[in-house]
Amino acid sequence: MQEILQYLFSGITNGAIYAVIAVGFSMLYSSTELINFAHGEFVMLGALSMVTLAAGFGWPLVPAFVLTVAAVGMAGLLFERLAIRPVRQPDHIVLIIITVGASIFLRGLGMLIWGKDAYSMQPFSDHPPIDVAGAKLLAQSIWILVIVMALTAGLHLFYRRTLTGKAMSACAVSKKAAWIVGIPTKWMVLLAFALATAMGAVAGAIIAPVTMSSYDMGTVLGLKGFCAAMLGGLGSLWGAILGGFLLGILEALGVGFVSSGLKDATAFVLLLLVLYVRPQGIIGSAEVKRF
Amino acid sequence: MKCYYGRIMAVKGVSLSVNPEEIVCLIGANGSGKTTLLSAVCGLLPDWTGEMEFFEQSLKGMEPPAVVRSGISLVPEGRLIFPPLSVLDNLKLGAYTMYKKKAADTVKKDLEYVTGLFPVLKERFDQPAGTLSGGEQQMLAIARALMARPKLLLLDEPSMGLAPMIVERIMEVLEVLRKRGITIVLVEQNALAALEVADRGYVFETGSVVLQGSADELLADKDVKRAYLGKDYGDFYDAV
Repeated sequence: MQEILQYLFSGITNGAIYAVIAVGFSMLYSSTELINFAHGEFVMLGALSMVTLAAGFGWPLVPAFVLTVAAVGMAGLLFERLAIRPVRQPDHIVLIIITVGASIFLRGLGMLIWGKDAYSMQPFSDHPPIDVAGAKLLAQSIWILVIVMALTAGLHLFYRRTLTGKAMSACAVSKKAAWIVGIPTKWMVLLAFALATAMGAVAGAIIAPVTMSSYDMGTVLGLKGFCAAMLGGLGSLWGAILGGFLLGILEALGVGFVSSGLKDATAFVLLLLVLYVRPQGIIGSAEVKRF
Repeated sequence: MKCYYGRIMAVKGVSLSVNPEEIVCLIGANGSGKTTLLSAVCGLLPDWTGEMEFFEQSLKGMEPPAVVRSGISLVPEGRLIFPPLSVLDNLKLGAYTMYKKKAADTVKKDLEYVTGLFPVLKERFDQPAGTLSGGEQQMLAIARALMARPKLLLLDEPSMGLAPMIVERIMEVLEVLRKRGITIVLVEQNALAALEVADRGYVFETGSVVLQGSADELLADKDVKRAYLGKDYGDFYDAV
């Protein structure tokens, strides 16, 4: 019992991270129908910036967090402007390969800036782990969950209540329709890039204290986030959240009860299963696959 | 003006004029260039040559959002509403440019006005637009376009696939809008319904205007009758 609880705690913590990464994938996909394979690299940039600012320069957490998210969001914006927008024939396959190239580029850039070492930082607060029925819940896990929940609620309100959020949903439904009612669709795409990469930065910043951050951490995290997004249903906010937690929990249980070698395999086995059995994901339906 | 899709010339040199507070209809068969022309006017199709002016302002190089801001709204073929969003959100997005002009108060008034025109929309405010019937969706598309306060309203096949009673209702609304000072260009295959409300009409054939005149003249024209009003050669050659 105690063991199961411990696995669940670690699964939920990881799941929350996967969920945030998956939301980034989903958000960008619903606005642009593009899978950004460089998304994991933005998570890496988020984690390493956070470590540098908070641990390296000794900044307080809040400004370090805000600057990290803002800076990576800006990087996402530049990415759209410099690498995606100028493409003359924006076929999906061309754009996807560009994102793969960007991921290699960003990994190289990360290696040049931070070297090959792995970095770590203190948790956001130094409370001792909380004891729940014998299992230990880290304070950082609670931070992660609270931040992820706040972020989800914020996004939900953004899409439901604000004109800009509704305009982004409209673009996701039909760009042409949004264009003719007067919505500047190009700005919406730019905004989607900035928001999605900022989402990646948040994921990076909140896991920096529970993992070792290095230039090549983005690949696996990105793929896991992609699996989570596919699992829940690409293009759906709640699907991404559900997929993230489900993946995290199954992964933790697999590690605990079968073998720790299964950790990364879980995600890919699940991805294959989803693609065979229910390609639209758990929540996504063939027609309404949008936010 | 001429319009191109890539290298294909879809509209081969036409010249049209529309006077303020007039209803003009463009009729013609499939592929005769009517929709292409509307796409060019509202900025969806950048590949055109020639001149296009709206209240002495050239529309050259304008993208759809700028065209909407300048006072031209399109009710597109196939309606293109946002099915997963609620009816109210669809209407609010129609007023996107109005919100950006900081005119939130007028948006409220406009909402009341359009729901006055189409009361059924008010009953369905919170439903996803995709759950509406075809006629209601067409009404929503027109109402959405009106939310941007257009001076010129372009409608592409508003009667497509709708029951005659609903077509009649929509045509009535167009008359009401004209009285309110909105100029209307109506593209229709349902030539009879269109010519009944229109003041003037243009007949398109394979990218050119082959005939123009007042609606009454066109209704009386033999070729129009034969080609677009569903009468056979036999019908009037026997009579003659």
